[in-house]
Amino acid sequence: MNTTLLLVQALNGLQFGILLFLIAAGLTLVFGVMDFINLAHGVQYMLGAYLAAYFAAITGSFWLALPLALLGALVIGLLLEFLVFRHLYDRDHLSQVLATFGVILFLNQGVKAVFGTAPLQVPVPDLLTGGVRVMDGLLYPTYRIAILAAGLATAGLLWFLVERTKAGMLVRAGASNAPMLSALGVDVKRLFMLVFGFGAMLAGFAGVMAAPILSVEPGMGDNFLILAFVVIVIGGIGSVRGAFVAALLVGLVETIGRGLMPDVMRLFLDPSAARQTGAALASMLVYIVMAAILAVRPAGLFPAGR
Amino acid sequence: MAEPLLELRGLRKSFGGLAVTDDVSLTVVPGEIHALIGPNGAGKTTLIHQISGTLAPDAGAVIFAGRDVTRLPLAKRARLGLARSFQITSIVPSFSALENVALAVQARRGSSFRFFRPAGREAALNDEAMAALAELGLDRRAGLPAAALSHGEKRQLELAIALAMRPRLLLLDEPLAGTGAEEAERLVRILTALKARYAILLVEHDMQAVFALADRISVLAQGRVIASGRPDEIRADAAVRSAYLGDEDLPEAA
Amino acid sequence: MGFTWRSAALPLAIFALLAAAPFLGFSQGWHFTMLARGMVYAMAAISLMLLVGGAGLVSLGHAAMLGVGAYVVVVMDHAGVVEAWKVVPLAVAAAAAFALLTGAIAIRTSGVHFIMITLAFGQMAFFATSSLALYGGDDGYTLYNRLELFGTRALEGRMVFHFTCLALLVLTWALVTALLASRFGRVLRAARDNETRARAVGFEPYPYRLAAYVIAGAIGGLAGVVLANATEFVAPAYLAWQRSGDLLFMVILGGLAGPHGALLGAFAYVLVEEWLAKLTEHWRLIFGPLLILCVFFLRGGLISLPQLLGGRRDG
Repeated sequence: MNTTLLLVQALNGLQFGILLFLIAAGLTLVFGVMDFINLAHGVQYMLGAYLAAYFAAITGSFWLALPLALLGALVIGLLLEFLVFRHLYDRDHLSQVLATFGVILFLNQGVKAVFGTAPLQVPVPDLLTGGVRVMDGLLYPTYRIAILAAGLATAGLLWFLVERTKAGMLVRAGASNAPMLSALGVDVKRLFMLVFGFGAMLAGFAGVMAAPILSVEPGMGDNFLILAFVVIVIGGIGSVRGAFVAALLVGLVETIGRGLMPDVMRLFLDPSAARQTGAALASMLVYIVMAAILAVRPAGLFPAGR
Repeated sequence: MAEPLLELRGLRKSFGGLAVTDDVSLTVVPGEIHALIGPNGAGKTTLIHQISGTLAPDAGAVIFAGRDVTRLPLAKRARLGLARSFQITSIVPSFSALENVALAVQARRGSSFRFFRPAGREAALNDEAMAALAELGLDRRAGLPAAALSHGEKRQLELAIALAMRPRLLLLDEPLAGTGAEEAERLVRILTALKARYAILLVEHDMQAVFALADRISVLAQGRVIASGRPDEIRADAAVRSAYLGDEDLPEAA
Repeated sequence: MGFTWRSAALPLAIFALLAAAPFLGFSQGWHFTMLARGMVYAMAAISLMLLVGGAGLVSLGHAAMLGVGAYVVVVMDHAGVVEAWKVVPLAVAAAAAFALLTGAIAIRTSGVHFIMITLAFGQMAFFATSSLALYGGDDGYTLYNRLELFGTRALEGRMVFHFTCLALLVLTWALVTALLASRFGRVLRAARDNETRARAVGFEPYPYRLAAYVIAGAIGGLAGVVLANATEFVAPAYLAWQRSGDLLFMVILGGLAGPHGALLGAFAYVLVEEWLAKLTEHWRLIFGPLLILCVFFLRGGLISLPQLLGGRRDG
């Protein structure tokens, strides 16, 4: 492996990390403010991708599909909040895990029933096709750079909203002391809906952006969900800053591991076995990193003020 | 004075710059009730937490039975003979009253890594537990779920749990809080009887009870011990009177 | 908690039904497969109940324990070792060792962290098995024969296998019931309900919880051995986190009041699943909402149904 390849892997890792962050941010906010574990957050990412594929096919334009899919993600998110999640806020984590597990079963099967099991393709928008010369002999796809940029912009927006606005202040206060908020007369129900809708849109946005580069298929959110959990556990539950750092870390470890491990394995195994074994070991690497971090810091890197 | 059973040496603890325990030193000798009084927010419960091991002090030492236990966790100190009751009653609500006490007996009688024999049928555990319950007059309520007991009964159950540990020192954090006059009177009688067998560090707001029970009293204000001595000395102390002004009145000498 | 005839009536009835099933017309191949699946999941659910109901440890990675057990069968089969008396202890020990290693870290955390870290360790095991190219990787490994019992092929016989499963299930139930009522179980339950109280009388919960985690892992490993032999096929999908979710749901569906809840929950789950799958290919569209409704309305689980219907309030 040479420097060019390593740089590509690093860029891929950052881009994967950014997508992870968009999912983890919603998850960690919802958990921090509402003390609510939402396993269904991953399928909301999947829905974003499916909505993008659907609207792109109808309208023939990625740029029309984007806002429509975001709106769709928001509507479905709020609908889920109204039908299911709202009734679970005062229940224990176990009940939340199980009920949202039921939502996953339903929605994974739902997209199968509606769109079939075959993966859908979403073309890369014309404006963002081609590549950008990053350095000599390295052409990096424009679309992937666009994901990085859009993700960082969203992270910036999120930072601004959480750190600089009144709603954000309430969210931060809620993450460290939720009962205090209702004691102060804040309309907690509305705040919950706000955070929830916002989290659903972030996950949906990640899904829309991922649609052109990953295959859109049932269950695509499950793996992302678990990695997002790893991210918020490493970052410290409730901490957006922690989620950002941990998401990039996990993205890099996973992607670079995937690039390196098969090569390492080739020293011991034949090429096809090396590829399979290497990829699987790379996937394990993330969990080993998590276990190592938690062994030293059981509350994560940035425990949210408690 | 006899060799102290418990000795605090220069204990300090602060939360975010606020000193809640400020250079506290005191002793409890075998056979005495040493009462800790002070206005609300004086740091009494924080001090109890540091003695029992639920909070680690920033500086200073806790010496129990000649051994430095400052760094030992709650469970270890309990096994050494330090039993505590909590300001807010702490029992296992799903257990029967008997099982709550039997748990404490079990902690010091043999290994609890026993996997097959039903613990509920171990006569050795149940007999001792029943005796502790009887001492507090709770034996007829033994079979009830602890959650179903009245508030006063729960306080007594907690005391029975502490006794069943056969401790060397009892740390009692407001044992009379929330009990009716009749129950309080009964508890004072029980504590008087216990005095012969256990050293007791007592935190209590009921001054009538404190002055009736205590051999020595230490007064805590803003994390510091401002006075320490026999009940009659404390009653006469001017600093104590000013600390309590507007809070609670000290009972006049009889 | 502990053994009472009232809580034993339901399990004994289920065991009796299972014993009688082959003689009541349930003697087709797929009947045996379904019954074996039910018994395997019941064993796994009961061991998980020891954690969730007994120790208050909500694990979302229990399928990994079954997976470790099942993969030991695979590894030994590949090496030509098929004697049950060699394979079973090894599988159980491997699952217990995996539980000890992961539990030692996981039990340092609590609450949500515990749920998530067990989930992560489960995924780790899942990917580890996917990496085993020698044993088929993602595609899994077909076992052409069941384990041998003292060199005989006795377990190939449907009846022998059925009653072997049943015996192991009864053993699991009896073991967990006894554990919960023992001194050990009492400490677990006390620490679950009031950890500070347990500490204040002198019990550090950590070693007890870790021991429970290891025991549950060992039973899970045993269930994994049975699963591998029942299906004669092992794949990483057995370790998927959704399997752990299924197991957790069985435990809650039945109710946390005792091992009999997990037993009932597992069979209810498997039967409803089988039934719905016959109705429609998209049975999960019904099953998902059904789970949600159970969480909403069936708070004490199926075993509290008589009280709920009788109008008595019970947790």
